[in-house]
Amino acid sequence: MNNSGKSILLAGVGGQGIIRASDIMSSVIMEAGYDVKKSEVHGMAQRGGCVSSHIRYSDKVFSPLSMKGGVDLLISFEKLETLRYLDYLAPEGIIIINDEEIYPPSVNMGEGEYPSNVTETINEYFTDVTVVSASSLAEKAGDKRMTNTVMLGALSVHLPFDPNIWEEVLKRTFSGKMSEMNISAFGMGRNV
Amino acid sequence: MKKLMSGNEAIARGAYECGVLFASGYPGTPSTEILEEYSQYPGVYAEWSPNEKVALEVGIGAALAGARVLVTMKHVGVNVAADPLFTISYTGTNGGLVIVTADDPSMHSSQNEQDNRNYAKFTRIPMLEPADSQEAKKFVKIAFDISEKFDTPVFLRSTTRVSHSQSIVILEDRIEGEDKTGIYKNPAKYVMVPARARVRRVEVEKRMSELREFAESFPENRMELNDPEVGIITSGMSYNYAKDVFPRYSYLKLGMVFPLPVNLIREFASRVKKLYVVEELDPFFEEAIKAMGIEATGKDIFPYTGEFDPGIIETSMTGRSAERVDLPTLSLPQRPPNLCPGCPHRGLFYVLGKLDAFVAGDIGCYTLSFMKPLEGMDSTICMGASIGMAHGMSKALKEKGAGKIVGVIGDSTFVHSGITPLLNMAYNKSAAVIVISDNSTTAMTGLQEHAATGLTLQGEVTGKLDFTLLAKAIGIESVRVIDPYDIKNTKEVMKEERAKDCPSLVISKGACVLLKKQQKVKPAKPFTVDPEKCIGCKMCLGLGCPAISWRRFEDRDELKIYKKGKKQEGISSINSFLCTGCTLCRQVCKPEAIAEVTDNE
Ligand SMILES: Cc1ncc(C[n+]2csc(CCOP(=O)(O)OP(=O)(O)O)c2C)c(N)n1
Repeated sequence: MNNSGKSILLAGVGGQGIIRASDIMSSVIMEAGYDVKKSEVHGMAQRGGCVSSHIRYSDKVFSPLSMKGGVDLLISFEKLETLRYLDYLAPEGIIIINDEEIYPPSVNMGEGEYPSNVTETINEYFTDVTVVSASSLAEKAGDKRMTNTVMLGALSVHLPFDPNIWEEVLKRTFSGKMSEMNISAFGMGRNV
Repeated sequence: MKKLMSGNEAIARGAYECGVLFASGYPGTPSTEILEEYSQYPGVYAEWSPNEKVALEVGIGAALAGARVLVTMKHVGVNVAADPLFTISYTGTNGGLVIVTADDPSMHSSQNEQDNRNYAKFTRIPMLEPADSQEAKKFVKIAFDISEKFDTPVFLRSTTRVSHSQSIVILEDRIEGEDKTGIYKNPAKYVMVPARARVRRVEVEKRMSELREFAESFPENRMELNDPEVGIITSGMSYNYAKDVFPRYSYLKLGMVFPLPVNLIREFASRVKKLYVVEELDPFFEEAIKAMGIEATGKDIFPYTGEFDPGIIETSMTGRSAERVDLPTLSLPQRPPNLCPGCPHRGLFYVLGKLDAFVAGDIGCYTLSFMKPLEGMDSTICMGASIGMAHGMSKALKEKGAGKIVGVIGDSTFVHSGITPLLNMAYNKSAAVIVISDNSTTAMTGLQEHAATGLTLQGEVTGKLDFTLLAKAIGIESVRVIDPYDIKNTKEVMKEERAKDCPSLVISKGACVLLKKQQKVKPAKPFTVDPEKCIGCKMCLGLGCPAISWRRFEDRDELKIYKKGKKQEGISSINSFLCTGCTLCRQVCKPEAIAEVTDNE
């Protein structure tokens, strides 16, 4: 993408809150005054399949989908899933990984292997890789379901948007106690 | 006001803004959210009809009565609605009638990849195709204007990427249309007997020639003249992909994909040196353009199958692709969608998978049971096919098929297109067994109501189709109701029913777990595996439940203390966060190693 914008890819497993996270992020981008498009395929997300969401912003965005080799930031909510989308990254792309492992059915059934050295493999090919214990941080912040908010916090340091905008959108998205909790989960992610 | 909206939300919004008060449809990815969103607006009428044919006929009725009507469906839904569709093109619509067809290139959630632009040509119905949410909203309004101006139904074609991607939309106020509803009798126009249809047939061609002229100056057929070296003719989402990679080339972006603006295309072609046609799926434009004697490059370099993205367009046109890291090929375990923990389909298909029988299946969540380990279904063609196929197979096989042919169908699918084939089974003295896997909702597309759930699209209480009474009324005498969470009884009933030489219906009743979650029904206590008792027989893994996993002794030394025999390689384990306490695994566990989690655990 050109200098004034970025292509972001969120990936993980159904049920991890990826779609909610990408909704929040696109609202922040819109509020920051950019053109933004986002796209995910959510056919059977609730049934435990892969979920990915493309978000692109700039002065004017045409395609909601990034091309392979065109993603600036890959935010992966599950370790193994990171590997599935590596070919989307630009050579100098940034990767943020949640260190959670969710076994796919074949591994659960004892028929497939969960790759053992995910971060090592990734480090061989990319230089800017951050591993975040987002799920455990979320638990610490009071609810594991806020893993997505912790990940957004970690991502936010790579984006030029005012933290106040993030906070406002989070406040709007969650009600009551959850709103405060999510803001603190976001802060935890931002500080890793 | 600016708002981020999906294409589907924008279509609903557009309909609302231009005064549409009536909408009908049947769910189907990627179209479902249009009607769900639309029904939230104040003062509108929206309904889930039992299938797309009915939805369109309902829409036609409302349009003939003068209302502006939106009808929504996925691409294959148009096949179901095709019969009225071809003839409404002859009669015209009176009130505006816009039919949304949401196509699914790449088959993200469909059984085929048909390109419904062909329907526009086949039925002589004009078709618009937006490229993003803002256009989606705008094009719905234009579609209604065209419909009313030319007295024709109009297609709005979306694709998964347009329907399900979000972009910024500028909201406008609703413009209340003048109420033109009333009873309009016009037999010459609406009674399509041969003599009158012949007259209307000529009218259709007149309308086509007017529409062709309209297309020439239609502002949404837009020429963007830049670099004259390369010109691209395209539409919809493909325009965005191409613009992304080649912002400086010249474009002819077609907002109306049928009929085509022939002169505009000629003019554009004459202004550029090399012409490309960029379109997903069929060479619909390309064939028309080539038939005009214009040289163009299309499907000789672009794929026929699957959806595009900017990378595919760049590689097809230049042979190059964006610079990227040279990665090794990794073979990663797949993550296919699966039936949820506690899903009522699981127990039924566990039993069906073990039968010595051909199970003619259907479409819905339960189709996922075709996979290992359940392998509970042997065919899936289209909605409703299970019943007709089971009957045909059983008739063709005669004695050879006795007790060996089962058809299985979901409740929403049964309502959609299962009733007539079931009637046929009674009428033609079938011997097959049909099972309705009734989870009280349309789960696959996100929990929509239907005629057998007792609630309308708006959640109002209404009459509820009773499958047992229906079966009796159409002449099926053997009707059984089973609980799919009871494996032993399910097996027995299947055995008894298969032994009969008359048609029989088994209703397997258990509410969808996602529905129960939505209704905040508290799940039962989860189960756990006692490692002392587990003998590693893997019977529980045969249920394919996402909550059950296998722990190999080889990987975990600390578990070796549970090894009972030389052959035991590991133990099963249940994730108590995922388990809903459905009891299936306990039923198949011979050593009784599975029990409820006790409170102190
Ligand atoms: C003609 C047509 N319309 C719509 C669809 C989309 N679709 C597939 S299955 C299905 C209904 C599933 O509901 P049900 O039969 O109750 O099974 P469940 O998913 O609840 O298990 C729908 C709407 C389709 N494939 N074909």
